[in-house]
Amino acid sequence: MVDTMTVEEAAPRSRRAPWSATLTWGTIGLIVVIVIALIGMVWTPHPYDGMQIMKRFEPPSATHWFGTDEFGRDVLSRVMRGAHLSLFMGACATAVSLAIGVPLGLIAGYFRGLREEVIMRGVDVMISIPPIMLGLLLLAVTTPTVLKTAVAVGLIYVPIMVRLTRSVTLELSAQEFIEAARARGERSWYILFVEILPNAWPPIIVEAALRVTFAILLGAALSFLGLGVQPPASDWGLMIAEGRPFLNQAPWIVIGPGIVLVVTVIMINLFGDGLRERLDPRMRRSPS
Amino acid sequence: MLGYILQRLVYLVGVVLAVSLLIFFITQIMPGNVAYLILGDFAPLDQVQALEESLGFNDPWYLQYWNWISGVMRLDFGDSLIMGRPIGPMLLDAVRNSAILAVVSIFVVALFGIWLGVFSAIRHGRASDHTVSILTYIVLAVPEFFWCIILIMVFAGTLNWFPATGYATLDNGVVEWAKHLVLPVIALVLGLTAHVSRLTRSSMLETIHSPYVFAARARGVPEKKVIREHALPNALLPTVTVLAIDIGVLMGGIVVVETIFSYPGLGRFLIFGIQQMDIPLIQACMMVVTVVYALSNLLADLIYMLLNPRIRYGQSVDG
Repeated sequence: MVDTMTVEEAAPRSRRAPWSATLTWGTIGLIVVIVIALIGMVWTPHPYDGMQIMKRFEPPSATHWFGTDEFGRDVLSRVMRGAHLSLFMGACATAVSLAIGVPLGLIAGYFRGLREEVIMRGVDVMISIPPIMLGLLLLAVTTPTVLKTAVAVGLIYVPIMVRLTRSVTLELSAQEFIEAARARGERSWYILFVEILPNAWPPIIVEAALRVTFAILLGAALSFLGLGVQPPASDWGLMIAEGRPFLNQAPWIVIGPGIVLVVTVIMINLFGDGLRERLDPRMRRSPS
Repeated sequence: MLGYILQRLVYLVGVVLAVSLLIFFITQIMPGNVAYLILGDFAPLDQVQALEESLGFNDPWYLQYWNWISGVMRLDFGDSLIMGRPIGPMLLDAVRNSAILAVVSIFVVALFGIWLGVFSAIRHGRASDHTVSILTYIVLAVPEFFWCIILIMVFAGTLNWFPATGYATLDNGVVEWAKHLVLPVIALVLGLTAHVSRLTRSSMLETIHSPYVFAARARGVPEKKVIREHALPNALLPTVTVLAIDIGVLMGGIVVVETIFSYPGLGRFLIFGIQQMDIPLIQACMMVVTVVYALSNLLADLIYMLLNPRIRYGQSVDG
C-alpha cells in the first residue's frame, strides 16, 4: 500500500485516480443490495414461504409488487429472502479461491524450482477443463448444498488466482526490500506473508472483486440446472428455473428475480471497476 | 515452427491424460452403488456381487483406469448404465449437434464482436460509442439462462417467430433446421459478443494512438486503409487470445442453452448423465469436452502465431 501511495504522489496531478463516479455509484449500489439482503433475512413484506392457493399467478400490484408465483407466494418477498444466498455464493466462492490460490501463487512465485513447477502444472490441468464443466464434475458426485456449490465455484477460480499472485510475487521478489529482508535473515513465511503479501494485495483485491460477479452468475446457473441451492429455498437462479413452466401465463415469476440478479451484478461490477481504476496503476495508462 | 507445434502437441497429450485421471478419480467417489442402479434396489446380493465382478469393480484402480482410458483411446466409451447401449455412436450425434451450435456461435461472436469493437473505437467519445459501452456493460451482467428465458418469452411466446425448444434435422428442410438454431445461438453469443467487443475496442484505441499509426496517417495513407491494414491486424492479437478463452465459456453456455432449448447436444447429454448418475456417460462427455477445449486452445495459439510472427516461441517463461 505504501508503495502505491508514493507512486500516486509522484505522478502528475491529472494522472491521479480520484474517487470516481463509477466507484461512488458502485459502492452505493452494493451497500443497498447488502442492506436489502440483510433485511430479507429477518423481514419480508409477506412471508416468503407463505402459500395462498387463492392468490396464485397474481400479476404485479400494490400489495404484491413483483406478483405471486404458482403457489401464491409473494415473488418480491422471495427475491428479498434469496438475496443473501446469491451474495453468500459470490463472497464464499471468492474467499475459497483466495484462500487456496493466493498461498499457492506466493509459494510458486517466491520459491521457484520444483514447487513452482508442480503448482503451475497442476494449474494447467485445472484450467484445461472449461469453467462450468469443472463445477458440474465436482457437483455431480455429491448431493448439492449451497456451501458445496460455493466451494465448487471457488475451486474453479483457484487457477486464475494462482497465476495472478505468482506473477505479482515474481515482480516483487526481485525488489530490494525483499533482498533486505533476506539479508536480515527473516524466515520464508515471514517474507511471504508480511513483506510480499501486503504489497501484492491491490491487483488481487481487484481481481477478487470482479470474480464475485462471475461466481454469482455461475452459482445462479448451477442452481438453475438443479445443482446448487435446492427447493424450497428462494435462490434467484432456482426461482427462475421454477417459474419457467409458467412463462406464458405468469412471466413476472421469472422477470422479478432475473432483473434483480442483473442489477446486483451490475452494481458489483461497477464497484469492481471503480476499485480497479483506483488501485491498479497499470489501468490508468490505457485510454478509456 | 513445426518443432513448436510438436512440442505443444506432446504437452497437450500430457495435460489431457492428467485431466482424465482427475475425471476418473472424481467420478469414482460418486454416491450410489452402480450395481444396484443397474439391477434395481432389491436385487439379490449374489447377483450384485457377480455383476460387480464382471464390471471390474474389484480390480485395483490402475487396472480399472487402464481399461477405461485404453477404451477411450479406441473411441470405445463403454455402455451407458441407464440406456444400456454403447455410448460412442450416441456421443457422436450429440457432438455433431453441439459442434453446429458452437461453430456458428463463435463465428457470429468473432464477426460482430470485432465489428462492434472497431465501430466504437473509431467513434471514441461520441454518443454512439457511449451507447455501445453502456449496452455491452448491461449485456455482460445477464446470465445465459436468463437470456434463454427472455428470448423464449419474446420470440417464441409473444411473437411466435421461432420454436421454443427442440431440434430439426436437415431432412425437415433448411428453413426449419435454421429456425431451431436461431434462439439458442442468440442466447449463446450475446454475452460473448459484448466481451469481445469491449476488448477489441480498448486494444484498438491503444493501437490507434500508437506512433506507427500516427506515422501512417502523416504519410497521407487514407483513414480507412490505416484502420484496416495498419491498426486492425495488431489490435486483433489480444482478441484472438480472448476468443480462445471464450470457447471455454461457450462450452459452459452450451450446457445451459441446450438444456433449456431441449437441444440434443453434448451439454444436454452431460446434464442427463449427471441427473441419472450415469458414470460412463459423464466420463465420456467430460473427456470429449476436455479434448475439444485443448485442441481449440492450440488452434488459437497457432492463429496468434500466424498473426504475430515476431514472437519467439520456446523462450517465453510464462507458465
